[in-house]
Amino acid sequence: MEKDKNIDKNNIIDDVTNSEYKHGFVTDIETDIIPVGLNEDIIRLISQKKGEPEWLLNFRLRAFEYWKTMPLPDWAHLNIPEIDFQAISYYAAPKTKDAPKSLDEVDPEIIKTFDKLGIPLEERMHLAGVAVDAVMDSVSVRTTYREKLAELGVIFCSFNEAVKEYPDLVKKYLGSVVGYRDNFYAALNSAVFSDGSFVYIPKGVRCPMELSTYFRINAMGTGQFERTLIVADEESYVSYLEGCTAPMRDENQLHAAIVEIVVNDRAEVKYSTVQNWYPGDKEGRGGVYNFVTKRGICRESAKLSWTQVETGSAITWKYPSCILAGDNSIGEFYSVAVTNNHQQADTGTKMIHLGKNTKSTIVSKGISAGKSQNSYRGLVRVAPNADGARNYTQCDSLLLSDECGAHTFPYVDVKNKSAVVEHEATTSKINEEQIFYCNQRGIPTEEAVALIVNGYAKEVMNKLPMEFAVEAQKLLQVSLEGSVG
Amino acid sequence: MLQVKDLHANIGEKEILKGVNLTVKPGEVHAIMGPNGSGKSTLASVLAGNPVFTVTGGSVTFCGKELLELSPEDRSHEGLFLSFQYPVEIPGVSMVNFMRAAVNEQRKYRGEEPLSATDFLRIMREKREIVELDNKLASRSVNEGFSGGEKKRNEIFQMAMLQPKLSILDETDSGLDIDALRVVAGGVNKLKTEQNATIVITHYQRLLDYIAPDYVHVLYKGRIVKSGGPELALELEEKGYDWIKRELGE
Repeated sequence: MEKDKNIDKNNIIDDVTNSEYKHGFVTDIETDIIPVGLNEDIIRLISQKKGEPEWLLNFRLRAFEYWKTMPLPDWAHLNIPEIDFQAISYYAAPKTKDAPKSLDEVDPEIIKTFDKLGIPLEERMHLAGVAVDAVMDSVSVRTTYREKLAELGVIFCSFNEAVKEYPDLVKKYLGSVVGYRDNFYAALNSAVFSDGSFVYIPKGVRCPMELSTYFRINAMGTGQFERTLIVADEESYVSYLEGCTAPMRDENQLHAAIVEIVVNDRAEVKYSTVQNWYPGDKEGRGGVYNFVTKRGICRESAKLSWTQVETGSAITWKYPSCILAGDNSIGEFYSVAVTNNHQQADTGTKMIHLGKNTKSTIVSKGISAGKSQNSYRGLVRVAPNADGARNYTQCDSLLLSDECGAHTFPYVDVKNKSAVVEHEATTSKINEEQIFYCNQRGIPTEEAVALIVNGYAKEVMNKLPMEFAVEAQKLLQVSLEGSVG
Repeated sequence: MLQVKDLHANIGEKEILKGVNLTVKPGEVHAIMGPNGSGKSTLASVLAGNPVFTVTGGSVTFCGKELLELSPEDRSHEGLFLSFQYPVEIPGVSMVNFMRAAVNEQRKYRGEEPLSATDFLRIMREKREIVELDNKLASRSVNEGFSGGEKKRNEIFQMAMLQPKLSILDETDSGLDIDALRVVAGGVNKLKTEQNATIVITHYQRLLDYIAPDYVHVLYKGRIVKSGGPELALELEEKGYDWIKRELGE
């Protein structure tokens, strides 16, 4: 039994320090450095440009070596066009060069959405990728914000800054939850990650405000291979918001991010995401491929809640997970995933019960419209020593058209007899009678659908921080426009 | 206010309404009675614009407009209200949000500003007293977990909020005990004015004891086959529908 548990842990938490790596190998630097492609030189170049310490370069190189041996995963219920990893530029900021000069050059569909969401002009320009960095006033906002946090000892900065200013913390926790051997895209990210966010909440501190990437402007230009590391020390609390509710114009086709969260004894972390990357047009052309690895580890009596509202991306591949390592720890996953037109989503969670009396709750609400495919994929694993583990899973699908698909792939792997694992699933089609009832009261069909869908997703929406929830509601409406005919 | 002329309607291939004629003027209460399957609920649904039914002939004017050319929501905005026989549940949507959406859509149609939250809640409080709905209603989801009586009271509450010109009550009495019936009928009567009109669809005289009709019509096999005053309802209650069938030579 003990052996099983160790194997479990080894599979899940890849210990970076144990793995082999080559020191000081010689590189043939080609005279012609190409902007696209992936090889050791490129990785050394990325690391060098960032002025990274050697240990981080070595981390990247080990990840790259491993990545080269890995096959592309094909188990998801997704139809993924072939991706040429050598045709991608892994460094430099190509976006500023190609960025539109003004809002006139931005896709009018995106502008329409901005109107509906009521996004202020400055933010619009920023979200649409218009090069206006210097004009924006957010720098001062950001500074006051950071000063206030610093008083409490809270660290909230870009990943690159953290590497320079808090190398010990980064070194200690980087790759401790999502090892580079974890999966294909995690290995890729570990090799080439560009930037991201770093959060540290000291022992006993309750972070007084929601930390949000929204405020951290520089995260925007580095979305492609983002890396987030959140460490909540003992008895601390933080609520972290990722993303924003307007569609971000992004030329990058491939996104492979990693989010690692360490929740130490009796600490609590809430992580909320509203993902609205460009989903492609109505015919399914373009759009972001979003391959994300998100995972947190909970120590004794710690709690981690994931809340996500996913409406964007052409392809979403994402399973925010909790490793309930400590006794009495709690994991939660609340998700609304909306797919429309030709979007595909394969998303869910993993709850890995290792400690005793650990609890997990999964509430997944899928909404499919158009010709989209929406899958829930979840794993509940109870290790042999996890006495008294409990899981409750509720998995609902709502269909808005005759051409879309909703699929559920729940995996349950229980190795302890005292575990209680419950699973409930429903699939329903949006009800014509409900729509007519709304129509009869004067509510047009589009608004009626939004109302009904928001009602359906309410359980999850209620978990979002207040301001976020209001925007997320509007976003659902915008995402589903024209989907019921 | 309402002129229905030779109205024909199908569900799928099956003809349900086979030439209905009906005229309703402001201030009037019309009762439509008839045996099961005669087309009473279909008539209500067709007037409200339920897309399940296809109109195959005839015309309907409502306050000077061609009703059949309007979308269901615009019929509502123009002042037509249907109290459903089976009000649907909308899980997760609170009555407050639902009603606010409905009221503000109506205001938008009429070129009025949306109501402020305070004004809206005040009006909601006033109106729910008409049908004695308690204040927990506001936070509950539309019709979800409501008892039969609560659902019908909730219909009349919505009618009070939307202040329609013409209300069609589709078997509002079905499934109600006598106390609930009195409350619901009382609500309808409080909302009655000289400017609005009501069509009451029912099987039984019982409801008409509370909501006094000016005219009673018998709908049979998709046509109105007999019309009269309140005494017709009493006669039907006493004798059933067989004598009408005999009159029709069946």
